[in-house]
Formats: sequence, structure tokens, C-alpha cells
Amino acid sequence: MATYSTNEFKGGLKIMLDGEPCSIVENEMVKPGKGQAFNRVKVRKLISGRVIEKTFKSGDTVEAADVNEIEMDYLYNDGEFWHFMNNETFEQIAADKDAVGESIKWLVEQGPSTLVLWNGKPITVTPPNFVELEIIETDPGLRGDTAGTGGKPATLSTGAVVRVPLFVQTGEVIRVDTRSGEYVSRAQK
Amino acid sequence: MLNSDWRPTASRQAIIARADLQHQIRAFFRERQVLEVETPVLCRAGVTDVHLVNAVTRLQGQGLAKKTNYYFQTSPEYPMKRLLAAGVGDCFQLCKVVRDEELSARHNFEFTMLEWYRLGFDDQQLMTELEELMIELLGTSAANRLSYQQAFLSALNIDPLVATAAEVANAIRAKGIDCEVVADDLDGLLNLAMSLIVEPQLDPNIPTFVYHFPASQAVLARTNEQDDRVAHRFELFYQGLELANGFWELADAFEQRQRFERDNRQRAELGLPQIDIDERLLSALESGFPDCAGVAVGVDRLLMIKLGMKHIDEVLTFPSLRA
Repeated sequence: MATYSTNEFKGGLKIMLDGEPCSIVENEMVKPGKGQAFNRVKVRKLISGRVIEKTFKSGDTVEAADVNEIEMDYLYNDGEFWHFMNNETFEQIAADKDAVGESIKWLVEQGPSTLVLWNGKPITVTPPNFVELEIIETDPGLRGDTAGTGGKPATLSTGAVVRVPLFVQTGEVIRVDTRSGEYVSRAQK
Repeated sequence: MLNSDWRPTASRQAIIARADLQHQIRAFFRERQVLEVETPVLCRAGVTDVHLVNAVTRLQGQGLAKKTNYYFQTSPEYPMKRLLAAGVGDCFQLCKVVRDEELSARHNFEFTMLEWYRLGFDDQQLMTELEELMIELLGTSAANRLSYQQAFLSALNIDPLVATAAEVANAIRAKGIDCEVVADDLDGLLNLAMSLIVEPQLDPNIPTFVYHFPASQAVLARTNEQDDRVAHRFELFYQGLELANGFWELADAFEQRQRFERDNRQRAELGLPQIDIDERLLSALESGFPDCAGVAVGVDRLLMIKLGMKHIDEVLTFPSLRA
């Protein structure tokens, strides 16, 4: 089993903590002149996304997490799993509901996503920061209101609902920031 | 691309500031008739201290036929004490010291230490002299002094001299810090609490002395005559950095030997290598050691504060990783 000592800790290193794969965010050694050395380590738990701080004795070792990131294209959903394909190897992988999580509403068929695999199994699916999606339903909007202040809800082809300006209509393709879930602009034709 | 890691990490301004600072330090002690001395950086003995790791090299030469361990000194304390026993009197040294396994934004394998000893001083008097040096070098305000006990009471509301390991652990956890790694080791927990909770709560803008460390952390300080739970050991904190560690020095060779042996027993328990006790130091103490107090100051950190720098590399020409 691969292990890392605290001396190898650095941002991005993947380790196992409490049975969960984690990514190191920050590592600081605390060492008084006369006294024990500790490492205060900030980690992101890769499944829950939670960031926690953990104390280690300097020199301690922890188990490495077999985690890697891979870009794959979304193919289809079979009702239980979401299937992705590696465009270089054509290998296919199925992600369950927990792995897909909130990303479900941004998955565009044939569109790229970043999958984090732990022991070869997807644990998170992250869509690109920006996706372009068609509006399948939105109110026509009130005539005469051109200020575009309030906006209105629009349902997109993936089922996501975002607030869009009043001038945007059903059938148009818009650009959305997947991190905030906000409308950015009309898509370039 | 051309490799640029041959370049110094210190600016020209920092290189000049170091020269000026060292000049000021020498002037400060010359004024007070404290003699500048020099002692070996490589010695036959290392330190038994469980929390220090000596860098070791093996040397041979005429009179020393076989490759023999020589330890890079983690501080010039032992040889300076031999000088004191030999009657050198008040003395100071500005020198490089080496500590293995210490690298961070505030640590470098080798760093510059200022260490001095004053005959007839106790820890409180030496704190006063260090305070004067701080005012001279960094233009600080007058210093605060608080006991280790007071510091813990105000930061954590526990008395470190009576609390059990479980009580200290609970107080640490209540501050949102996990401490399982030192579970029932009282000194380990106190160290952790000191570094992560007590120190950060000190006013960074006032030099602060914390004195009367627990006797279990006395190192080379004498224990207090009135209260044997504490030792005459102090530290100085300023701008979020630990700057100095000082002792009213233990002069008793017998007690010193017991402490070294206790360190080695602890090392055995922790699976750390045994370190030969410095018999020359103990002989020097046995021959009669003057009543004195001594302190070591991290010069690179003084410079960091003087220049407002956050990383030690900014005051080093070539930090260990590009040395």
C-alpha cells in the first residue's frame, strides 16, 4: 500500500482520511524551537466536498488514495446510471446518482465532464464551467418591460431552471455558468 | 527555459539589512562588554532533546583514523557552557546552526542564531536585556510578561500546571482542533495548544515574554525554588513568531545528567535513536559552573519582522532547497 509522509504533503496530493479519499489543500508545519513538531493540514474530502483541518505529528505517514481525474464525454442515462466515455480509449464508465449529484442538470449529451475516479470508480462528476443549453420553456415576458431587471425562470433542455432576462425566449440557446447556476449570455450563433 | 534557481531569494535590500542588523547586534554587546566568542559547528556530541534532530556527518583525519560521527550543532549552547565553566565570563555568539527536518515558511535547515550568557543574571533580568535589544533593533514597544500558566488560563481557561491530559484535550477540541495524534501525552497536548491556540492569541504588536514553563519542559533551565511545577525557562513572541528561548541555567551536573538520560529513555519509547550524552559538557558543569542566564534568538526571524516579510526565504540568500 502506497503511503506518504507529512514531508511529502503538498496541495493536490490525494490521501485517505477516515476511510475517505481527500485532496490536500494546504499543509503547514508548526514547530516550536523546543517542542514537538506538528503539521496542520487542510484537506478537501472528495466525496462530500467538505473542507476540514487535521493535525498530524510531523513525520507520520498516511495511506495514499488511488484517485485520478479524467475527462470524459457524457453519453446517456439508463435510468440508474449515467454513462461516460473516454474519447481516447473509448472505454466506458457508469456513474451513480451520488457521483453525479448536482451536476445532473448540466450534463449535455456528447459534452465533456471531469470525472474523479477512486479505485477506478467515479466519485464526482464536474461539468465544464460554462455550458450552452436550449430553453424549452419560459414565459413570453411582459411587453414593454425592457429593463431586464427582474428576469424570469426558464427551463432548459436538461431540466435545469435558471433565471434569464425577459427578452430571452423559448427555443433560444443560452450560456450558463455551472458553478453559480446563473445565466451568462445568449449563445453565439 | 533558462533555469533561474541559481539566483538568491533575498533582495539586495534584505542582504544589506542583514549586514546592518548583525552590525547593530555586535555594537549592542560591545557597548555592554559582552565578549564575542566562536565555538565549533561540528561537535562529537549531539543533543538528546527528543524534539530536535541533529544533522550528522562522518569525518576522519590525522589523530582520528576511523570515520567518526560529528554532529552539526542545533545551538552553540554546550560548547558555550564549557567556555563559561572555563571562566570566559559574559559572552555572545552569532552563528549558523543546523536542524534536520525543519523546513517551512519560518524554518530552514540552517539558520542564524544569536546566543548570549550573562553571569549573575536570572531569567527576569535576561528578559529585560532582550527587551532592550528588541527596542534597539526593531523599535518595539516595551514588552509584556505573562506566565505560561496565565497564558493558558486566558487563552483556554485551563491551568496547565494542574490539568490532566484529558482536560487539555477537551479544551483543545472545544476550539475545533483535533488532537488524537497526541491523545494522552500531556506535554504533547500542551505543545499543540501552545502553538495553535495560545500563541496566536498573544498581541502580535507587543513583544511578549511567556515565562515559567512547566518543569516537564525545563530542558536546560533550573526549576523554581518556590514552585517545583515550573522552570526558569522563557520564550519571546512577537508578530506571530517565536523569536527566543531562554533559561536561568541549570548548573547542577547531576540533575543535568538525569535529564539527558530521561530524554534517551523517552527516545527509546518513541523508537528514536539514542544520542550519546555530552560528557565534556557534564564535566564542565561538575568543575563548577557560574550562576548565569542564557538565551538564543532567531536572527532570520528578527530580519523577517524588520522587513515585514512573511517567508524566511525572503531573508536568506540561498534557502536550503536551493542551496
